Amino acid sequence: MQFTASKQPENCLLGPESDSQRTLYPYVTGTSVVALKYKDGVLMAADMGGSYGSTLRYKSVERMKPIGKHSLLGASGEISDFQEILKYLDELILYDNMWDDGNSLGPKEVHNYLTRVMYNRRNKFNPLWNSLVLGGVKKGEKYLGTVSMIGVNFEDNHVATGFGNHLARPILRQEWHENLSFEDGVKLLEKCMRVLLYRDRSAINKLQIAKITEEGMTISQPYSLKTYWEFSAFENPTQGAVGSW
Amino acid sequence: MSKSVIETPPKGGFSFDLCKRNEMLSKKGVNPPSFRKTGTTIVGLTFQDGVILGADTRATEGPIVCDKNCEKIHYMAPNIYCCGAGTAADTEAVTDMVSSQLQLHRYHTGRESRVVTALTLLKRHLFNYQGYVSAALVLGGVDVTGPHLHTIYPHGSTDTLPFATMGSGSLAAMAVFESKYREGLTRNEGIELVTEAICSGIFNDLGSGSNVDICVITKGGKEYLRNHLQPNPRTYTSSKGYSFPKKTEVLLTKIIPLKEKVEIIEGGDAMEE
Repeated sequence: MQFTASKQPENCLLGPESDSQRTLYPYVTGTSVVALKYKDGVLMAADMGGSYGSTLRYKSVERMKPIGKHSLLGASGEISDFQEILKYLDELILYDNMWDDGNSLGPKEVHNYLTRVMYNRRNKFNPLWNSLVLGGVKKGEKYLGTVSMIGVNFEDNHVATGFGNHLARPILRQEWHENLSFEDGVKLLEKCMRVLLYRDRSAINKLQIAKITEEGMTISQPYSLKTYWEFSAFENPTQGAVGSW
Repeated sequence: MSKSVIETPPKGGFSFDLCKRNEMLSKKGVNPPSFRKTGTTIVGLTFQDGVILGADTRATEGPIVCDKNCEKIHYMAPNIYCCGAGTAADTEAVTDMVSSQLQLHRYHTGRESRVVTALTLLKRHLFNYQGYVSAALVLGGVDVTGPHLHTIYPHGSTDTLPFATMGSGSLAAMAVFESKYREGLTRNEGIELVTEAICSGIFNDLGSGSNVDICVITKGGKEYLRNHLQPNPRTYTSSKGYSFPKKTEVLLTKIIPLKEKVEIIEGGDAMEE
């Protein structure tokens, strides 16, 4: 008896024309973002690369942006969805300013808004393909949280997205402590970004570090990290093992 | 009508006859049983006088920890040890097999085994099985040519490195190595760094856990530090210990040594065909 292969896709819950209107996979992506709380606020680091699959297409993508007066948003994943989120947040902050009531949206509120947006999009099977990191300070209270593309959100003393979860979080869990100074915080972030540079194929050696405190947000100029390649074992690795590689 | 095709027995290697049927079954929801893997963090690093290998001690069967204190650092030769990640049966079998081959080779040549010999035997075997023998190994040792450290992947490729990590916890351990490794470490510094890397795997990776095993190999010899660090003791232990209720009373004890029942005939008839 002959069995013909069915032409129906696996998830046939959706109608025939909906496939072209949903995000199925990301195209231009940013890699990890790493952030931590320090004495005066929050420090965040991200490199400036936008990869198109396995090509490094864009090398000056700013993946961290200020939101309102009190928050800083960093994103990894699809860059176009990040730009869409920035538009939504722009509108949110605008409406907040129009109230002109002396109160402004703090990081906790923005984080909650983002969580709702991400989760609702995910429920419609049309996600914004990003992992977001939201940090800020309002009235002396530091806040650092993260939202993923499926709506998983939590806040912590240090967060990372993507590969940063596997490579940077172990280092942060060991070496982060309360009341880091600015210099120590930057050193710790650089340590994490260096390991990511060595071991993440989509990382590039051009990064920015952003700082947000009660006073406001500053973002550094792009710079590169020093890397060390002079291990003697790298010079002639197969010296003892002739014929291998 | 007789069959014109003679059924020849398979020559060796895997027989892929059942693959299509297995695929069809898993599509219908009938999955094969999960096998015992060593979730694992295994590391190796070269220091001043030799190599140090480290491993965690958790073995998992899917989501369950089936062995809380297994041994992942396998003996290959008096001067060569090998850490194994992947399917536990595969790592055990492959290291046992190559260890025996190395011993026979030692008898044949009358010399100490070299790390490259173990490397070549392992990689040839793994390549032959095209990645189906799921064993990812960190091989280290010291021989006449000096200290060596290699990683071997399930498909048969190898790397020669100053420091290496494998297993599900490899990224957590590599984060520690990449930030703290430098050349010319002393023995104690090396052991401390390896312990830190394994602990990073134990606490940040769910597939690794329990204790840290270390093996230090130098020209002089080897030091196998089983359970060098035990950072996961039982949280609550009863100070009273266990007391079992009264068992059945023993009325009579009679021991019959088996030898007396067997008659040993010296110089009897030889076994007939």
